[in-house]
Amino acid sequence: MSKTFRKGGGHPSDNKLSRADEVERMPLPQTVVIPLSQHIGAPATAVVAKGDRVKVGQLIGEAAGFVSSNVHSSVSGTVLSVDAVPDLGGVRRQAVTIKVEGDEWAEGIDLDGSLRRECTLSPAEIIDKVKEAGVVGMGGAQFPTHVKLSIPQGKRAEYLLINGAECEPYLTSDHRVMLERGEELLAGVKILAKALGVGKSYIGIENNKPDAVAHLRKLAAGDAEVEVIALRARYPQGGEKQLIDAVLGREVPSGGLPIDVGCVVQNVDTALAVYEAVQKNKPLVERVVTVTGKSVERHANLLVRIGTPLQAILDYCGGMPEDTGKVINGGPMMGKAVANLDSVVTKGTSGIVLMRDDEAERRKSGGACIKCAKCVRGCPMGLEPYYLFKLGVRGRLTEMEGYWAADCIECGLCSWVCPANLPLLDYIRLGKVEVMRIMRERKG
Amino acid sequence: MDKKLIVSPSPHVYSGESTRKIMRDILIALAPAFAVSWFFYGVSVLVVTAVSVMTCVLFEWLIQRFMLGGQNTIRDLSAVVTGVLLAFNLPSSVPLWMVAVGALAAIGIGKMAFGGLGRNPFNPALVGRVFLLLSFPVAMTSFPAPEAVADGFTGATPLMLAKEALMSGQPLSALMPEMSYGNLLLGANAGSIGEIAALALLLGFAYLLIRRVITWHIPVLILGTMAVFAGVLHGANPEIYASPLFHVLTGGAILGAVFMATDYSTSPMSTGGIIVYAVAIGAITMLIRVWGAYPEGISFAILIMNAMVPLLNKYMRPKKFGAIKRVA
Amino acid sequence: MNETLIAVLTTAGALVGLGVFSAAVLYLVSLKFKVDEDPRIDTVEALLSGANCGGCGLPGCRGLAEMLVGEDDISKLYCPPAGADTMGQIATMLGKAAPAREPSVAVVRCAGSYARRERTNRYDGAGSCAVAAALYGGETGCTFGCLSEGDCVRACPFDAIHMNPETGLPEVVDEKCTACGKCVTACPKALIELRRQGARNRRVCVTCRNRDKGAVARKVCEVACIACGKCVKACTFDAIVLENNLAFIDSHKCKLCRKCVPECPTGAIEETGFPARKEEKETV
Repeated sequence: MSKTFRKGGGHPSDNKLSRADEVERMPLPQTVVIPLSQHIGAPATAVVAKGDRVKVGQLIGEAAGFVSSNVHSSVSGTVLSVDAVPDLGGVRRQAVTIKVEGDEWAEGIDLDGSLRRECTLSPAEIIDKVKEAGVVGMGGAQFPTHVKLSIPQGKRAEYLLINGAECEPYLTSDHRVMLERGEELLAGVKILAKALGVGKSYIGIENNKPDAVAHLRKLAAGDAEVEVIALRARYPQGGEKQLIDAVLGREVPSGGLPIDVGCVVQNVDTALAVYEAVQKNKPLVERVVTVTGKSVERHANLLVRIGTPLQAILDYCGGMPEDTGKVINGGPMMGKAVANLDSVVTKGTSGIVLMRDDEAERRKSGGACIKCAKCVRGCPMGLEPYYLFKLGVRGRLTEMEGYWAADCIECGLCSWVCPANLPLLDYIRLGKVEVMRIMRERKG
Repeated sequence: MDKKLIVSPSPHVYSGESTRKIMRDILIALAPAFAVSWFFYGVSVLVVTAVSVMTCVLFEWLIQRFMLGGQNTIRDLSAVVTGVLLAFNLPSSVPLWMVAVGALAAIGIGKMAFGGLGRNPFNPALVGRVFLLLSFPVAMTSFPAPEAVADGFTGATPLMLAKEALMSGQPLSALMPEMSYGNLLLGANAGSIGEIAALALLLGFAYLLIRRVITWHIPVLILGTMAVFAGVLHGANPEIYASPLFHVLTGGAILGAVFMATDYSTSPMSTGGIIVYAVAIGAITMLIRVWGAYPEGISFAILIMNAMVPLLNKYMRPKKFGAIKRVA
Repeated sequence: MNETLIAVLTTAGALVGLGVFSAAVLYLVSLKFKVDEDPRIDTVEALLSGANCGGCGLPGCRGLAEMLVGEDDISKLYCPPAGADTMGQIATMLGKAAPAREPSVAVVRCAGSYARRERTNRYDGAGSCAVAAALYGGETGCTFGCLSEGDCVRACPFDAIHMNPETGLPEVVDEKCTACGKCVTACPKALIELRRQGARNRRVCVTCRNRDKGAVARKVCEVACIACGKCVKACTFDAIVLENNLAFIDSHKCKLCRKCVPECPTGAIEETGFPARKEEKETV
């Protein structure tokens, strides 16, 4: 039997409709809106102003501190504005709006498609290049990659784990990247391993993608330092802590980071972006986005420039179907519902999922918790969602610390499984925010 | 844009589970045992069950409507399940008015007094059964001989005979010349409506496992504990003490372990709690059967452990991911 | 017969004995663990509202009663639901200076009703403003306004605030409101203010909290404050300040002249408790 993580988990229907759609390059949109905060940490500082001419790959936002990230223009054209623009939830955030004119790339970017495997740079130089290129975790968390690669003093990385689990239903962008850009991806893995100084890298892929497993195994054959691990398809395998448990059987301690058990986890897209940054000098300006949904006329995996409005993507895929009730940025388990279709693809947008009316609406809650314990058994973190929910509804958020609300990874399995349709995660998330605030305050 | 997109926090997909579906699955799982009982006891089984279900639903509706207020919950089928389980715990010869009294105790005292589904600390059907057992001991312990079996059966249940053996010191084989495991499995013995057919109940158990309504832990641990307990005694003196298989197959052991002890709101949430709960039920059942005043003890055992569930939930919490010492 | 009698007597005797023994144990324990408490605490607690609303900032009415009896300076302690009279009564009883506070009332500073603020999406999450606020900007383009999920209504211990289904905005019942401040903390958008009740219950208030630029705010809501500053110029008492693209009327400086109200181009200033204006018809 294939490996998997030990605690909790479930398996929402795959619905990987676009698994066989080859990645296609989407034509450039008319304008792009590039948010200055596409990462965890301080927003980047704009270094362009209204009226400036920019090229593809030109720096437009400079990282403001260590935990921050550079932002580059994904198109060539004229800056229309640097202003607060509503994000997908309608909240206004600083962004650079650029009118697209032609497709002129900045100097020094190698657009030649040839594979460049050897990397003679030192680890420090690699991390610098990754930082320059504004690479962040592309699985959704958008954590700056250079920060992850900088191992804190006293810690040592033993293993690099590449996350190809793609356990979210519907999404297929990672799958397609593994199939179509396997060689570059593996070169990226080697570069990451070098930057970290680790001897062994594992690529974890769920066994509902047997072609990707076979393909990468074939490419990595003969390299003892890279091993492809087939994992039993179970959600949330792509969670960092779950992936480490599944591949190595190690438990990241509560409140700790993967590096506490000698691991660094990177997404497959991130590995590819690292390859392009280091070997091709190409900043992170485009990514593969799955556009899917049961009513979508033409589901697809599109190579899209960062900052492309969702509306433009939907138009390209045959328009938004009439029966669309909800648009999700990301997968249906952890993605965010979109309130504003003028919002854009960011570095962490792995997919756009359209839910039909009949799927979009939450089913009415049956009222009482029937104590079936399905949430307790399903929680991959071993928490008691039913009890956290009860505390949350009653506003007893501070008490949630004793029930480890801070450990919640917000995977959503508790809400997914609940027969009474209780909005468990809604309230747990509320408590998690409060508990983490209290914990930070206590630290000083 | 005319049409408004829906926005809600993640997750955006659901498993499709619902309280109603779960209750429906439990009813399906109870069907084989019901059919067997009908075959052996005739139409009275149907009548008692129907009265029990109807009164349970009626009382739930009345209490919800006129006392508790709020959304009506009879559509979730939980009152139907309680009704069937209550009937399964009664002799088929019980007077119908007594069934209604039991239903009132089950739904009124056992369930709605605590606020309804999910809030009740005790299994409602068992509250009804024990209420009737203590109030009308004679009616509740006289069982008709199964109609479909030609002869050889008195109205005494196998457990009553086993108790008699224990009290009088006579060897079991003398009291139960006709006893065969085959009969116990198929249901050809005296007992409450739902408890006689071990095989049919196990079929229901299998269905519940396949549908993931319950996990194997509680039933297997209860029956396992009973078997070990009985095995030790049987090993010591097989003349007086019945065999483990006899104890597992007779009385309400399987019905209780599979359908009553696994009741969601009255069983613990964590695996650790479930182990303590189930092993204790098995042990208490055997203590009552062997040394107690009643021939059967699983109802009492379950109710006693129901009372412990809040404590178990508080002190036997699930093991948290990463609850390990940090690597120095 | 005799045996029965003995049996009855032993039973009765044993029970009486058990009772006497238990009583003795209870008495001894109560002596040993006796806590000396000022009896005035009970008296004071009985005078307080008993709602345990937390409006005093202390854990429950008991907590406040203990502080009132224990502290020498009670000027900072106040029970809003009990009101000035009761506080005076308590202070006299304790022989301390009575704490004073102006009577206040909760005021909702958002007028973006369904009719005035277009809904651009539909919220379908848990029925809680806190959950909605943590998720996104809200159903309208205004990310500062009322989310209409009623956290304030559920927080009120006095049933003094209700959601109006027509407007989607909460409304305060002035007579019931004790200014305990529960709704103020409950509102994740900080829309509710405890405002000076005002002479004859009259108030003038800017009912908008949108700190976006004027044009942006106006686009999403008809009655948004666009920070044009006209009210500031109209005010002869320096009671209005403009900050963060938002006008604010200081209820302690406001003399209720209402000059600012007709000046506002969007109608974001609301007057409460005044008789209808005479000249209003002319302007329409």
